[in-house]
Amino acid sequence: MKQSVADRAWSRHTGRQRWVRFASLLAVAAAAGWSLTSIDIIWPWVWDAPAQIGDLFKRMVPPDVSAIRAITWALIETLNIATIATFFAVFLSLPVAYISAQNTTPNRATLWLGRFILVSSRSVNTLIWALLFVAIFGPGVLAGIVAIMFRSLGFLGKLMGEAIEEIDRRPVEALEATGASRAKVILYAIVPQVVPTFFAVSILRWDINLRESTVLGLVGAGGIGVILQGAIDMLDWRTVATILLAIIVLVIAGEALAAWLRKKVI
Amino acid sequence: MSSNTTTATTPRQWRKAPFIANPWLRWGLLIGFAIYAAWAITTLPFDWARISEGMERAARIFGGAFPPNFDRGGLLLKGFLESLQIAILSTLLGLALSVPIAFMAARNIAPLPIYLLGRILIIVARSFHPVIVAILFVKAVGFGPVAGILTLTIYSIGFVAKMLAERIEEIDWGQVEALRSTGTGTFTVLQFGVLPQIMPRQIGLSIYQLDSNLRASAVVGIVGAGGIGSTLMNAFGRYDYDFALAITLVIIAVILVSEAISGRIRKNIW
Amino acid sequence: MLRISRLVKRYGNGEPVLKDLDLEVPGESVVSIIGASGAGKSTLLRCINRLVEPTSGSILLNDLELTTLKRENLRKARRRIGMIFQGFNLVDRLTVMENVQCGRLGYIPYWRAALRRYPAEDIERAFQLMERVGIAHYANKRADELSGGERQRVGVVRALMQDPDILLADEPTASLDPVTSRQIMELLQRLANELHLPVLINIHNVSEAKEFTQRIVGMRFGRIIFDGKPDDLDQDAMDSVYSGTSEDKKASAPDTDKVAT
Ligand SMILES: Nc1ncnc2c1ncn2[C@@H]1O[C@H](COP(=O)(O)OP(=O)(O)OP(=O)(O)O)[C@@H](O)[C@H]1O
Ligand SMILES: [Mg+2]
Repeated sequence: MKQSVADRAWSRHTGRQRWVRFASLLAVAAAAGWSLTSIDIIWPWVWDAPAQIGDLFKRMVPPDVSAIRAITWALIETLNIATIATFFAVFLSLPVAYISAQNTTPNRATLWLGRFILVSSRSVNTLIWALLFVAIFGPGVLAGIVAIMFRSLGFLGKLMGEAIEEIDRRPVEALEATGASRAKVILYAIVPQVVPTFFAVSILRWDINLRESTVLGLVGAGGIGVILQGAIDMLDWRTVATILLAIIVLVIAGEALAAWLRKKVI
Repeated sequence: MSSNTTTATTPRQWRKAPFIANPWLRWGLLIGFAIYAAWAITTLPFDWARISEGMERAARIFGGAFPPNFDRGGLLLKGFLESLQIAILSTLLGLALSVPIAFMAARNIAPLPIYLLGRILIIVARSFHPVIVAILFVKAVGFGPVAGILTLTIYSIGFVAKMLAERIEEIDWGQVEALRSTGTGTFTVLQFGVLPQIMPRQIGLSIYQLDSNLRASAVVGIVGAGGIGSTLMNAFGRYDYDFALAITLVIIAVILVSEAISGRIRKNIW
Repeated sequence: MLRISRLVKRYGNGEPVLKDLDLEVPGESVVSIIGASGAGKSTLLRCINRLVEPTSGSILLNDLELTTLKRENLRKARRRIGMIFQGFNLVDRLTVMENVQCGRLGYIPYWRAALRRYPAEDIERAFQLMERVGIAHYANKRADELSGGERQRVGVVRALMQDPDILLADEPTASLDPVTSRQIMELLQRLANELHLPVLINIHNVSEAKEFTQRIVGMRFGRIIFDGKPDDLDQDAMDSVYSGTSEDKKASAPDTDKVAT
């Protein structure tokens, strides 16, 4: 048995494979070397970093819970941002998914429009969307909700569009043959097939949105990030520690709820 | 044929069975959700004056942003290269740390206390959005790429160690037993019995993570952790909307290219 | 009464799949269409309800020209053409009743379809038909929980719910075991008699075709080369339907003389 394992190990190092391995290793080493030597780092700071980080941790204990009411309220606000934004994004994403799926899109132009919406939404990060909407609407929850909606739209639309592309075409054909209108064919042949994905994807995105909502406040877009930023600016590290713990609780609870919902629905 | 066939019996009824059978639960959930939605929306401070003002502002921002301004290409390139360096270094560092943590967090290999420690490390690393981690590191070690590298290292651990631990938990135990029975030491067992089995997954994960880190490095820069995100934030802060748009376009292009490349490579490996 | 004349269908720029095909089906007859794979049987049926666009020619159903219909009118015509599929083509995640009511979608308003509030007479008729084929007790089961034979019965009821003037069946029994397959064929035959419907059935099983239908049409390379009573389908006729290449169809062209029905 040991022989066979050794054989496998040996065969991995022969012929072309060995060259590929060698070249890959070399490429990785070169990339690492280039990054290390040219990056704009003040090395003494790096050597000092562990001490600094340890120092920061020391200043965080014990956590200060005096602001717990404000923190709880901020947590609820964070939850609301994620939930409201997910809710609206789900509805907005349906037509986008419909036009960006190759088998349902009315024509070429709508297909490209759909793809354009998906790509632009997906490639801009939530925080960058938030920056933009804070500049437009001013700081606050609204900017955060809109930012999360914009980012979720692409994610939801892409996954739901893929679900539509994967449906079984045969029932669609059967219903078309009965003389049902397009809208009814969608309702009876397409919707039932994509409903499970629809719920799974919405729940998944809600979970992600909950995490993202925790940082919106750092650019002024509401949620618990606002008081986190405030506490950091005040150098009130013990309150920061409480907020961080609160975030962990929120995120883990959200993950558990999402897992439970997924099991219930599907 | 005629559809108005006469029948002696009264027409039969049919209703679709509701999604949730118990009516109390069904209406309870529905009403509960409606109340929550109504309440949540009333908590939103809608200031219509501010919003309509916002439309003007939006027009100004977009007016200032078009056409995108690539004049300061040098600055842009410098920011982008820094993001790339941050992504590469943090991926390598993250992978190096992920392997031992993954072994710690694999129930079939690690004893219980070590397993719990490994799991807690992973949970903590996963729970915090990288931006929060970044803001803490920026406070601890100052503005710049070091904070970015540390942040994304933790971000990498949260994902890679988790996936790797799951892979280790489902390895083929026969090969390991066979090695153990020959009296080999623990580390040799890991090296020859476990590593070859998890290697393909590990390579796929690494490439995926490099791609993720490149994306994330654009974001953590917004709170001062270096890279193109910092360049973007500076442009935004100085109301250089045309430069900001140029940066955003470059970020989008890079993300699309890197997604395509990493997708291609992973397809060839898996 | 279905009358097809000079029907041509070509996919893309290739060789035509249906070549100047003529076929007449008077009311109340069950016709089976046989022919080797690729002969164009499915294409023929699909041209009738326009799931496939005919290239040229004419299809008259009860004196209505089907080939030129557009949108609303096409939908109205399709409501009266029932189709049964080899793969049943049910919506798996819907209940049997919902699947059956799909046959009425062309008739009922959108809100009724959306809310599943079907008209009382449709529900009554669905129950009658489901009882007739023996699946009434499954009304609330999901379609994917049924066996193949039961699923095909749902397919049959769905088609009958359309109140059709004609029934098209594309290899309705090809995915079923021999016993179930015979049951479905028998059912189609009986229903055709009871409801006075013309039925066109594509079928590969020649013995079933002979047993359950009064008329057999043999197709090869897009043409009808046999058309007659089951008893007339002798070995020679079988050979000409199922063997040979595209070239020697010209040699056997005189066979088409038989078409004079
Ligand atoms: N959508 C299509 N596009 C292009 N060619 C097609 C298409 N559908 C069918 N064909 C071609 O048309 C010819 C006839 O196909 P058709 O499905 O009508 O045959 P069939 O007699 O039903 O065969 P089978 O007994 O296997 O079902 C075949 O050569 C087939 O390749
Ligand atoms: Mg066919």
